[in-house]
Amino acid sequence: MKRLIATAAVLAFSAGMGWAEETVRLGTEGAYPPWNFINDAGEIDGFERELGDELCERADLDCEWVTNDWDSIIPNLVSGNYDVIIAGMSITGERDEVIDFTQNYTPPDPSSYLALSKDVNLDEAVVAAQANTIQANFIAEKGWTLVEYATPEETIAAVRNGEADAVLADHSFLAPIADEEGDLVLLDRQERIGGGVGLGVRESDEELKKTLDAAIQSMKDDGSLNELIKKWDVATTF
Amino acid sequence: MFEFCTDPETLDSARWLACYLTTGKHANFYISFGTVLLLLAITAPTALAFGFGGAMAARSRVWPVSWLGKAYIALVRGVPDIAFFLFFVIALDQAFEWVRHQVLCPDWDQPIRQGNDFVVCAAAKLPLSSAPQWVHEVYGFFVAVLTFAIVFGAFSANVLFGAMRAVPRAQLETAEAYGMSRRQTFWRILVPQMWVYALPGLSNLWMVLIKATPLLFLLGVEDIVYWARELGGTANPRFTAYPHGDWRTWYFLALLVFYLLFTRVSEIFLERLMRKLTHGQATTGGMAQAKRGGA
Amino acid sequence: MSCWQTIQDYALRSLGIGERLLPREDFTLCEQVTLIGSGLLWNIYFGTLALLAGFFLATAVAVGKGARNRPVRKLSEWFIFVFRGSPLFIQFFFAYFLFLSLKSHVAFFDPFTSAWLGALIVLFLNTAAYSGEIFHGALRAIPKGDVEAADAYGFSGWSRFRRIVWPTMLRLAWPAYTNEAIFLFHATTLVFFSGFPAWRQKGDALYYANYFADKTFNPFVPYPILAGYFILLTLVIITLFGLINRRLNRHLPQEARRGLRLRVNVIR
Repeated sequence: MKRLIATAAVLAFSAGMGWAEETVRLGTEGAYPPWNFINDAGEIDGFERELGDELCERADLDCEWVTNDWDSIIPNLVSGNYDVIIAGMSITGERDEVIDFTQNYTPPDPSSYLALSKDVNLDEAVVAAQANTIQANFIAEKGWTLVEYATPEETIAAVRNGEADAVLADHSFLAPIADEEGDLVLLDRQERIGGGVGLGVRESDEELKKTLDAAIQSMKDDGSLNELIKKWDVATTF
Repeated sequence: MFEFCTDPETLDSARWLACYLTTGKHANFYISFGTVLLLLAITAPTALAFGFGGAMAARSRVWPVSWLGKAYIALVRGVPDIAFFLFFVIALDQAFEWVRHQVLCPDWDQPIRQGNDFVVCAAAKLPLSSAPQWVHEVYGFFVAVLTFAIVFGAFSANVLFGAMRAVPRAQLETAEAYGMSRRQTFWRILVPQMWVYALPGLSNLWMVLIKATPLLFLLGVEDIVYWARELGGTANPRFTAYPHGDWRTWYFLALLVFYLLFTRVSEIFLERLMRKLTHGQATTGGMAQAKRGGA
Repeated sequence: MSCWQTIQDYALRSLGIGERLLPREDFTLCEQVTLIGSGLLWNIYFGTLALLAGFFLATAVAVGKGARNRPVRKLSEWFIFVFRGSPLFIQFFFAYFLFLSLKSHVAFFDPFTSAWLGALIVLFLNTAAYSGEIFHGALRAIPKGDVEAADAYGFSGWSRFRRIVWPTMLRLAWPAYTNEAIFLFHATTLVFFSGFPAWRQKGDALYYANYFADKTFNPFVPYPILAGYFILLTLVIITLFGLINRRLNRHLPQEARRGLRLRVNVIR
């Protein structure tokens, strides 16, 4: 339960205080199905909800869920407003410089293109992406015509109404949409952009990282993680 | 909510809609209207207090105080509110925790800034990490109110500063002639009379404040726009019992109606207040005189 | 890479001139200042054009709101009410939506879904409504004596409006109008933030500040830079409007000029 060595030190000073139960706060976005979303009952649901609850159970942690805007999800972690980011966040080099990641709990999820027809020539096409995502960076670097929208919803709408020819996003996010809407199809081409997805923790929270790493490992070992991945269809299995 | 809601797929459209509109997610949407109204109700007087303080500071004869007041007004008014909200809340939160840390944990020997991390002792955390979720939410709400109040305090300070100077000099001179001290003149003559000059500017600020509430989500408060976006977006049958297409237009239309109604009600109320303030004041004539240019 | 080189590469990046790829790593202060400054060009573009165009429409709706003709009056009232009564981002949303559907029927509307035109129109209408209300308040506050004097001198109709009523209205409205100009320039940051899409990473100052905040995960550098730019911009606006104000009031004696300035916020 001593997730900070420092915590223990402080508590040792305050002899009169009871051994307060430490709560680990899990920060997520709540707008990225099937990873995390708000269900009809208004609660956080999805692959990561189940995963997080299971990890907390195994690590014997008392966990609390909070939602935070994607744009400020890392600044709020390092500022201490919650302790773990569990929001489908790919492990990338630039993020790793600022926060620490646990081992990945899904293998890299490829990025796919969703378009109105299969024969889109990406070199000449207008490709949509959510602003400030790894996909947006990828398109910019390719030199294609990038158009950025503030939310994922708007990128899909842009393809539907013809503003953009295709949208590039995580495969697991686009697949259910392609299944549901007959007009929209996935291109065969996929990009391997992100790394696997891991939990983000503060660099100073070494203890918590180890605890969570062990819990993820135990889920990998007994196969329960693979089952969860299959259930929500978020990535390939390990 | 209703008993027949167990299997939404089998329902006719009227019942389907009834069930759809009473899901827990929609309840959150409805509650957020209350949150926004509550925030406005608390922010308005707080911002007014900040404004009053700012205006008084700017008028001060002690130059560092007046300089501080003027700097507050000029700086905060100069920055777009979005830009302010995007970094200020985190800074404010860290400032609180830093102060608490200095007071509560004097024996702490580790640096507070560890690389990118901002680490204070557990006892200095706001709220304590062991606190229940509702405390965190109340605290988040409180920080949002404070941030709004600081921003709109600067604007209202500007309005009040102008209003204080608009009170006819003759009124103040008369008070001084009656032997009132500077302090007495301020509280008994200037302050009661300035409101009638300040009200048009303050009313306008209130209108601007209402329309700034969609930025609440940047401050970590789930407001009506957040829920409208969340509910209006395409709902995939895999993740909900109530699938639908892109309904954002309808939700935003509802928000539009809400904001227009709220504006109208505010206008009517403020008009009444203005009439009341003008009534019985020596300033009705004074106002007309002031309008003619030069008191 | 030297800072001078960075300025050459990125000073006009927001217009699509210069280096195509945005900086990817080892972000320097120079890059942040240059790119955010580059984005500011869009804020100035939106603010200036919307303000200039809005000024004329504002005069029209201000007169319209006081008109005796009922349809004209009602139309002006509703225009002001709708645009003043709703948040800007909802206006952006519906405008974008409207332009999209128009575009699919009429080719003429093709450029309207781009920010440079679509967002400009929304900002233009928005500021026209706010300024219209300010001007309307000023029109009502014009001293009766001024108009009577104009009548006595034989002014009437259009010439009375242009020579007497309109300048007086401006004089009375100017302080509040200055505030509106400041608000408008601040509002231009919403264009790409929640409204119109950004093409080829060409955005406004907030877009680039957001880009850096997202890449460095440190909001405490780019947003204060943005804030600094806007404080400067606000000072420029206040100075320019102050100069115009002096010109508007140049016929008044020194003391009365002060008197006018004192009532800075009475109207708004």
